[in-house]
Amino acid sequence: MDMLGEETIVYERPATLTDLSSHYCPGCTHGIAHRLAAEVLDEMNFRERTIGVASVGCSVFAYNYFNFDFVQAPHGRAPAMATGVKRVLPDRIVFTYQGDGDLASIGMGEIVAAAARGENITVIFINNANYGMTGGQMAPTTLPGQVTTSSPTGRDIEVAGFPIRVSEMLSSLDGAAYVVRRSLHDPKNIRLAKKAIRAAFEVQARGLGFSMVELLSTCPTNWGMTPVDAIHWLETKMLPYYPVGDYKVGPAVAEIKI
Amino acid sequence: MAIEFISGCKAAAEAARLANVDVVAAYPITPQTSIVEYLAKDVSNGRLKAEMVLAESEHSAMSACVGASMVGARAFTATASQGLALMHEVLFYAAGLRLPIVSVIVNRSLASPVSIFADFKDSLAQRDTGWLQFYVESCQEILDSVLIAYRVIEDSRVLLPAFVCMEGFVLSHLSEPVDVPDVQTVSKFLPACDPKYPTLDLKDPKIFNVMAFPDTYEEFERDKQISMLNAFEALQEAYQDFEKIFGRKYQDVETYRVEDADIVLATMGAAAGTAMMVVDQLRSLGERVGLVKVRTFRPFPRRQLREILSHARVVGVLDRDLSIGSTGILFQELQSSLYNQPQRPLMQNFIAGLGGRDIHQGTIGAIFQSLKDTLQKGFVEKNLNWPDENREVLSIWGLPVDHDD
Ligand SMILES: Cc1ncc(C[n+]2csc(CCOP(=O)(O)OP(=O)(O)O)c2C)c(N)n1
Ligand code: SF4
Repeated sequence: MDMLGEETIVYERPATLTDLSSHYCPGCTHGIAHRLAAEVLDEMNFRERTIGVASVGCSVFAYNYFNFDFVQAPHGRAPAMATGVKRVLPDRIVFTYQGDGDLASIGMGEIVAAAARGENITVIFINNANYGMTGGQMAPTTLPGQVTTSSPTGRDIEVAGFPIRVSEMLSSLDGAAYVVRRSLHDPKNIRLAKKAIRAAFEVQARGLGFSMVELLSTCPTNWGMTPVDAIHWLETKMLPYYPVGDYKVGPAVAEIKI
Repeated sequence: MAIEFISGCKAAAEAARLANVDVVAAYPITPQTSIVEYLAKDVSNGRLKAEMVLAESEHSAMSACVGASMVGARAFTATASQGLALMHEVLFYAAGLRLPIVSVIVNRSLASPVSIFADFKDSLAQRDTGWLQFYVESCQEILDSVLIAYRVIEDSRVLLPAFVCMEGFVLSHLSEPVDVPDVQTVSKFLPACDPKYPTLDLKDPKIFNVMAFPDTYEEFERDKQISMLNAFEALQEAYQDFEKIFGRKYQDVETYRVEDADIVLATMGAAAGTAMMVVDQLRSLGERVGLVKVRTFRPFPRRQLREILSHARVVGVLDRDLSIGSTGILFQELQSSLYNQPQRPLMQNFIAGLGGRDIHQGTIGAIFQSLKDTLQKGFVEKNLNWPDENREVLSIWGLPVDHDD
C-alpha cells in the first residue's frame, strides 16, 4: 500500500449507471452511448431531475441501466411520450434514447413532428444501419449494397431507395435548435460525442428547444463482424455516407460554451 | 412432395411462395421475423417472383397490401402483437374493400407489460374487423391453411381477407416434419390469381372507398356478414378438394372422441395436441371425455358447434386469452351459440397460457377434474377459472384468489 502511494481515481462507473452488467453484445457501442449520457448527467448534476423514455430496440432495457425514472414507449412513439412528460413537468430533463428503426422507420412521423414543434426534449439517436433487436433487417439507414437479413443480396436502391440522413433532414426544420452527428469509433470521436451530448442537455436546460445527437454506432452481431472489424466498417463505410458535423445550431445555442 | 423438417415460420413462408403471391409487404417483429427473411431470400434469388416491400411500419405494410390487392395482385403479409395492433385501422379497410389478403399472425401477447410470448389476444382483438380467422395446431397445418385461406377468400362468394394464426415460439420456432407440396400440385388446388372483384382499372374507371351515409352503411355491414357466412360453404368445398389432392383432411371444428362424451373441452391452437393426450389418458381410465378444436374462429361455426356440443353434459372452454372485464373470448362465442338450444350443457371457462405460460398436461388434467366435479354437482359453481394461476404472485400483490365473473 505504502509503496504505491496515494491512489488517484481516474476512471469509475458513473453514479447514474446501475451496477447491472448490460445485455448488449460484446463490442456493441450502445454501452458507450449509455456511459456518455450517464457521465454528462452526473457532471451536470441532473440525475435527480431526469426522466428517460426508452424505445423499442436493443436499448429497450435502457431503463435497467440508468439510475433514474424511465418509461418505455411503443415502437417509434418515444418523442410523443416525451412530449407528454415534458409539457407537464417542464423543469425535468426529459430525453429519449432511440435506434434507427425506432426513430427513422416506424417513428419517423413522431421525430419530425417533435422537432418541428421545437419540443424542449433531447434525443439520443443510435444509427447502427440496421434493426438490431429483431435480427439485423434492413433499416432506412442501411447503406446501399449492405447485406442484411431482409436484403440478402444487399440493399437495392432501385427498390428500397437510398438511406435517410436523419440529422440533415431534421436540420431543415425551424423548430430544431440543436442537431448534430457524432461517431463512436475512436476515443477522439467519443470525446466529441460526449461534448455534443452535454451541449444537447444544456440546450434543454436553457429551454432552447429540440436537441438531438445522432451517434454512428456498431452492431457487430448482426453485421457478422468482430467488434474491431465493426469499428473499421463504421469508419470506412458509414462515415463517408453519414459525415459527422453540426447540422443545426440555433443562434442562442451557439452561445453555449462547453 | 417432399417431407422437410421446418419451423412454423418457414412453413408460412413456403406457403406464401407456393401460393405464388405477387406482393409481400411487411415490417419485422418477433416472433414473425423469419417469415419475412425467408421470403426476402426467395425473392432475391428468384425462387419467388414478387414485389418485396420492406415497409416502415405495419400500418404501412397493410396499406401497401391493400393497394396491391386493389389492382388485382395476390398480397401477403405477416405480423404479430404490437404490429397487428398498429395495423388495426387498415384491417377494416381491407375487409370493407373486399380484398382477399392473407396475413399470417404469429400470436404474441400485447404490452403493457411487454411480452414476446404467445397468447391469442392480438388476433382475437381483431375479431370484429371482417377478417376470417383460422387457428392452427401444427407446422403442417400452417402451410395448408394459408393455401386453403387464399382459395376460399378469393372465391367470389366470400372476398374478404384472412388471418392464419399460430402461437409464437410454440409453433413459429418449433420444427416438425412438413409435407411441402410442389408448385404443380398446389396449382391444382389454388388456381393462379384471377381477381373476381372490381379492381382499379383504367379501361373501366371506378372510385373506391367512398362515403356511405346512414341509409346504406348498415347494408354494407350486412353484405360483409353474408359473405363471411358464405365462407362455410366455400371452406367445405376447399376441404374436400384439399383432401383429394393432398390427402389431409380439415374441418372448421375438429373433434376428438366426443361421440359419447359427457365432458367436452373446447379450445384453439396448439394446446389441442396436449389435450388429446390427456383425453386418451382419461379415456383409458374409463372417463367419458372428449375434445373440440375450433379451427375456424371467423366465421364462427355456431351451427356446427351446436350440433357437436348440445349432447354433452358439461363443456369446458380453455381460452388462451381474456376479454378483460368479461370472460375468455372463445367462451363468450361458444356460450352464446348454445344458449337457445332446448338442451344445453353446463359451461365453464378456463383461462390459461397467457403471455406464454405453458399449457401442459397437468393444467388440462386439472381442467377435466374441475369439469367432472361440475358434472357430479349438477351446477356450475364458478364460471371463470384460472387453473394454472401463480398463487405466490397473487398473494404478494394482494389480489383475491376467490372471485368469479
Ligand atoms: C409496432 C411494432 N412493430 C415491430 C416491433 C418489433 N421490433 C422490435 S425492435 C425493432 C427494431 C429496432 O431496431 P432499432 O430501432 O434500429 O434499434 P436497435 O435494436 O438496432 O438498437 C422492431 C422492428 C415492435 N416492437 N412493435
Ligand atoms: S444486436 Fe447489435 S445493436 Fe443489439 S446489442 Fe447486439 S450488437 Fe448491439
